[in-house]
Order: sequence, then C-alpha cells, then structure tokens
Amino acid sequence: MSGFRETFQLMKQANDFSGLPLAVPYAKFLGIGVAVQDSRVITTMAYADKLIGNTTLPALHGGTIAALLELAALFQIAYEIETEAMPKTITITIDYMRSGAARDTYARAWATRIGRRVANVRAEAWQDDPAKPIAAANANFLLA
Amino acid sequence: MTEDDKFQRMIRSQKFLDRIPHMGAIGLQLVDFAPGAVTVRLPYSLDLVGNPDTGVLAGGAISAVLDNVCGSAVVARVEKSDAFATLDLRIDYMRPAEPGLDVFAYAECYKVTRLIAFVRGFAYHDDKAKPIANATATFMFTGQGKLAQATES
Repeated sequence: MSGFRETFQLMKQANDFSGLPLAVPYAKFLGIGVAVQDSRVITTMAYADKLIGNTTLPALHGGTIAALLELAALFQIAYEIETEAMPKTITITIDYMRSGAARDTYARAWATRIGRRVANVRAEAWQDDPAKPIAAANANFLLA
Repeated sequence: MTEDDKFQRMIRSQKFLDRIPHMGAIGLQLVDFAPGAVTVRLPYSLDLVGNPDTGVLAGGAISAVLDNVCGSAVVARVEKSDAFATLDLRIDYMRPAEPGLDVFAYAECYKVTRLIAFVRGFAYHDDKAKPIANATATFMFTGQGKLAQATES
C-alpha cells in the first residue's frame, strides 16, 4: 500500500496534479508542478534562488536538474502503470548538455519499456525550446 | 597570499559550500577535505523526503548531494579555480536512506586530463561498506584558456 500511489491515482482520475507536492515533500521543496498534455506528463521546476549552483553565471545546480529528470521519469511511469507500490529508482544516468539558466525548467519522459519488474525511461529537460534540451537522463525503475 | 592560495584556503572551509545556494538550501556540511577527496554530510530533513509514508529521502536529494560532492572532489584536486561543468553523472541506488538519519557522501577525483575530470563517489550513513548509492561522474573544464593543473599526476 502506498499513499503516493493512491494520491497519484486520484490526481490522475481528476486530471489535477496540484496536490502532488503534498504527496512528495521533496517536489514541493524544489517547486515542482505537474501537468499532462496528450498522455505526456510535463514536470515543471519553478525558478527559485535556492536552486542555483553557480552564482557567477548564474546557473542551476546540476543536482536540481538531476532531481527534476528523476521526478519527471517517476511521474511518467506512475501515470502509465496501475501497480500499488511507488516505483524505486535503480539507476539513473544524466547527460548535461547546456547549463541551466536562472529560469523555469521543464521536463518530460518516455517509458521505453515497462516490464513486470523494471521500467526503462528516457527523460529530457529544457528551458526555452524542447528541441534544445539542457539535460537528458536514462533511468531504470524497480516496479515490484 | 596569491589568489590561488586564497582559493585553496576557501575550499577547505565550509565557505566553499555556503557559496552554492542550493547546497545552503539543503544544509550540506563539509566534513572532511583532502587533496582530491571530499566528505560531506546532509542533515536529515522532512523537506527532502520522497515518500511521506516512510519518511525516506527522495532519490533526487541524494543525487544532488552526490553531484555536488563529486564536483567538490574536482575542486579538491585542481590547483586553480577553473570553472567546470558536469558532463555526465550516473547514480546507482543500492538501498533506501534510513528515515531520520543524516547521509554522508564521499567522492574522489581519481583522474584529471586537460579537459576532463573523472570522479567516483558514494553515499552512506555510518558504514561505508553499506552504501546507499554509488556515483560516477565526469566534469569538463570550461575556463577559457585556463586549463586544469592536477596537483599530482
């Protein structure tokens, strides 16, 4: 049994994910918001000064981008599957392509395979243009 | 004292982490610093929980700490304050963090080339033999014309 799964299923039925930060405190901390467009979960990380890693550039902390990608991948799987348990990250590999500017960041993910026990997911994060990702990730989640 | 000496002093202190807003936001503390190796502590915080039913920290929070400690290990290895950016970061999660416990993270920069630094690290509670997560990272130096000088080859 998982409160997160139940909460997420209810949000899915209502197509209203505004309550998500209550289900995942860390998402609230990062300023994460979620919307769904055409069965694709769009995860947003609203800009805040506390997300900065480099004050000179300035640029977002790479760790916050990693977290955004991981959450985006997790939410996409949670959106697609019906199991009770919250998926657990086994491994995630992040490629950083561009530095993240001090502004809102978006991410979306594609489940390349959802098996009985493991899901393979690809996620991308961008700021001004989805065709120019600032970072991408490959992640594997344990489902059972 | 030269600028580089000042830089070396600064990175041996908590000030180095305090300059990074996101690390201040999650309360990251410097525990140990050696040439090419850094240990930090992440105090347990309800803000960083991924699953409120269990109180287990979010994987993303562990990732952020590992990203940072790996970068810190590069700083601990090079002589000059060259800018660098994370090229890639791989995290393997072995076990969930224990609710209520601080997380430690250690990283060592084991190789530096003209443009790239290679780092490995891991997160744990009190026993390094029982890691929570493992990290492998590469960083690229971006300082224009200022290339890294490894403190030892």
